[in-house]
Amino acid sequence: MAKYKYGFFMPEDNVFKAKRGLDESVVRIISNIKKEPEWMLDNRLAAYQKFLKMKMPSWGADLSGIDFANIFYYVKASQKTEKNWNDVPADIKTTYDRLGIPEAEKEYLGGVKAQYESEVVYGSLMKRFSDLGIIFCGMDEALEKYPKLVKEYFGTLIPMGDNKFAALNTAVWSGGSFIYVPKNVKVDMPLQAYFRINSANMGQFERTLMIIDEGAFVHYVEGCSAPVYSESSIHSAVVEIFVKKGARCRYTTIQNWSTNVYNLVTKRAKVETDGVMEWIDGNLGSKITMKYPSVVLVGQRAHGEILSVAVAGRGQHQDAGGKCIHLAPDTTSRIISKSISMKRGRASYRGMIMMAPGAKNARSKVVCDALILDKKSRSDTYPVNKINESEVTLEHEATVSKIGEEQIFYLMSRGFTDHEAEAMIINGFIEPIVKELPMEYSVELNRLINLQMEGSVG
Amino acid sequence: MIEIKKMVVKVSGKTILDGINLTVKPGEVVAIMGPNGSGKSTLAYALAGHPKYEISNFQFPISNKKKKNNWIIKLDGKRIDDKSPDERAKAGLFLANQYPMSIPGLGIYSFLWQTWKKRSQISDFRSQKDPKVMSLVEFRKYVVELAQSLNLNLELLGRSLNDGFSGGEKKKMEILQMLVFSPKYLVLDEIDSGLDVDALKIIAQSVAKVAKEKNIGVLVITHYNRILKYLPADKVVILEKGKIIKTGGKKLAEEIEEIGYGKI
Repeated sequence: MAKYKYGFFMPEDNVFKAKRGLDESVVRIISNIKKEPEWMLDNRLAAYQKFLKMKMPSWGADLSGIDFANIFYYVKASQKTEKNWNDVPADIKTTYDRLGIPEAEKEYLGGVKAQYESEVVYGSLMKRFSDLGIIFCGMDEALEKYPKLVKEYFGTLIPMGDNKFAALNTAVWSGGSFIYVPKNVKVDMPLQAYFRINSANMGQFERTLMIIDEGAFVHYVEGCSAPVYSESSIHSAVVEIFVKKGARCRYTTIQNWSTNVYNLVTKRAKVETDGVMEWIDGNLGSKITMKYPSVVLVGQRAHGEILSVAVAGRGQHQDAGGKCIHLAPDTTSRIISKSISMKRGRASYRGMIMMAPGAKNARSKVVCDALILDKKSRSDTYPVNKINESEVTLEHEATVSKIGEEQIFYLMSRGFTDHEAEAMIINGFIEPIVKELPMEYSVELNRLINLQMEGSVG
Repeated sequence: MIEIKKMVVKVSGKTILDGINLTVKPGEVVAIMGPNGSGKSTLAYALAGHPKYEISNFQFPISNKKKKNNWIIKLDGKRIDDKSPDERAKAGLFLANQYPMSIPGLGIYSFLWQTWKKRSQISDFRSQKDPKVMSLVEFRKYVVELAQSLNLNLELLGRSLNDGFSGGEKKKMEILQMLVFSPKYLVLDEIDSGLDVDALKIIAQSVAKVAKEKNIGVLVITHYNRILKYLPADKVVILEKGKIIKTGGKKLAEEIEEIGYGKI
């Protein structure tokens, strides 16, 4: 495969698409095309066997609609460029127009073009990063260039047998990001997957690995708040992050897949002494999302934070939350979850706080607030606490609210229409999360929610 | 001018106001007084268009309400009783609420800026500041000046709308919104309840000043005479059991202060 400058894959003339469905030959073909080392192929094959043996989760959202035999597990980038703009659903096009997304980006987001033309911006940024000793590249490239580093960490935090979808990802993964930030290097601007979005990165089974060395800091932003049209019905990513002593990592995701997609993602971070991990997670799109970013606090005073916002509209079930596992003394964690359900949508919070014996003085706070916009929509909370140490503090707050008639009247009496008033209340509700997002994302998130309420999206 | 003609207001089928005739002229201060349960606040909500308050006309049953001559409330000659609350606001009506709502996460500057922009699209916007040339930075300065004139704790401006505000702070926030909004007609619904003497004085004087300067018609709904000391009424109207039982001048309010509603 011809390599593009800065790790992009150049579309090629010879098109390849693995056959529909999954068997050992498909796994071998993927590994072979990528010219992977032996150990990765063995890893994939073992994971494939795990995937076959493991059961579907018996909890969470309804996944009975997934037809594993009817999915393409590997499609080369160039294949995706063959689509015509006319094939992109009209509602998604309308949303692009209303968000004012430039033509070039529209075509990329709609899946028409595999390459977003940001090479120049991206190039100068990449030089800045590499001057600092930062490695920021695609997972495939990392495996080729930094095999030792990848082998040392890959699959050690989320083993292939963690869950059926982690096994599936390990067997057929393709694309994703690799990031290494050296000791004490603090990256002053977010590393954005947005700059390097291409079909490999936005793939169905992307695999991301990040190592933040001692005292370093990085903010990584992935995804896109504009709706991303995908023809494939399953997206199952795995993200592993290692936060070393005194390091800090913030990982921001905005997910807005088209509403035919099952989005089943496993994300976990291991945090050492005095380290900080922050997951900021926005779920707007997909048919079903099951995603519970986790922090494993292994060192003293390690801190984990999970801020999430989910919007469930027509035909959607957002089953999201977080897990905090306290394994060391004085560790702290906080989960803030905000969900909005409307138009028969369903939003669930599912979370777990675990405090192991010896995690003395561990503290955790969970706040989950749900806003239900109409009688036909639904919200549930499934918190689990496993506390095996007596000297700990755990707080849990949960609220379920509706938009009050009085609040609407109050804002309308200031000259705002009922839609504007509702949007102001909703945007206020998610503001504690939105203010943590990079600005362009927060602006777009607010506008998207307004659009969705008007019924022009989804 | 606000004109109210033979207005009947029902809440959940129960008649609260029964045949109200009232006018408020530009620049005029009209006080509505009455004991608890007389329907004072209902008048405020009905004027502003709260959906729970069902307006009809004494003479005409609800089914005939849409007919052109069956108007119930007019503002400067245009019928508004068939309009939604936002349309009434855009026509120049501002309600300062007795119980202002909190909107968590809605920043005050952002909210006031949106209010300002909304209002400035309307041709008779009466602000002293020219909306065409005001930048966001200048607007913030302007808001700070207005807040200072109300002796409002400036730290509050960095918060969400009314979120965690005391009763008195909420009332000052209502007046701050009113000053930004620059209405043609202002309804103060028991703005004096729960206020200490100093806050009451500041609010009442501020309203009196702006009403005079900009020729705003003010409807002051109150239980007590004390607000009228700083915001002198041109007309005092006494409500009881949903009906206007007496109309008079300033003296009427003083009389009530002395002898109570029972003897009127």
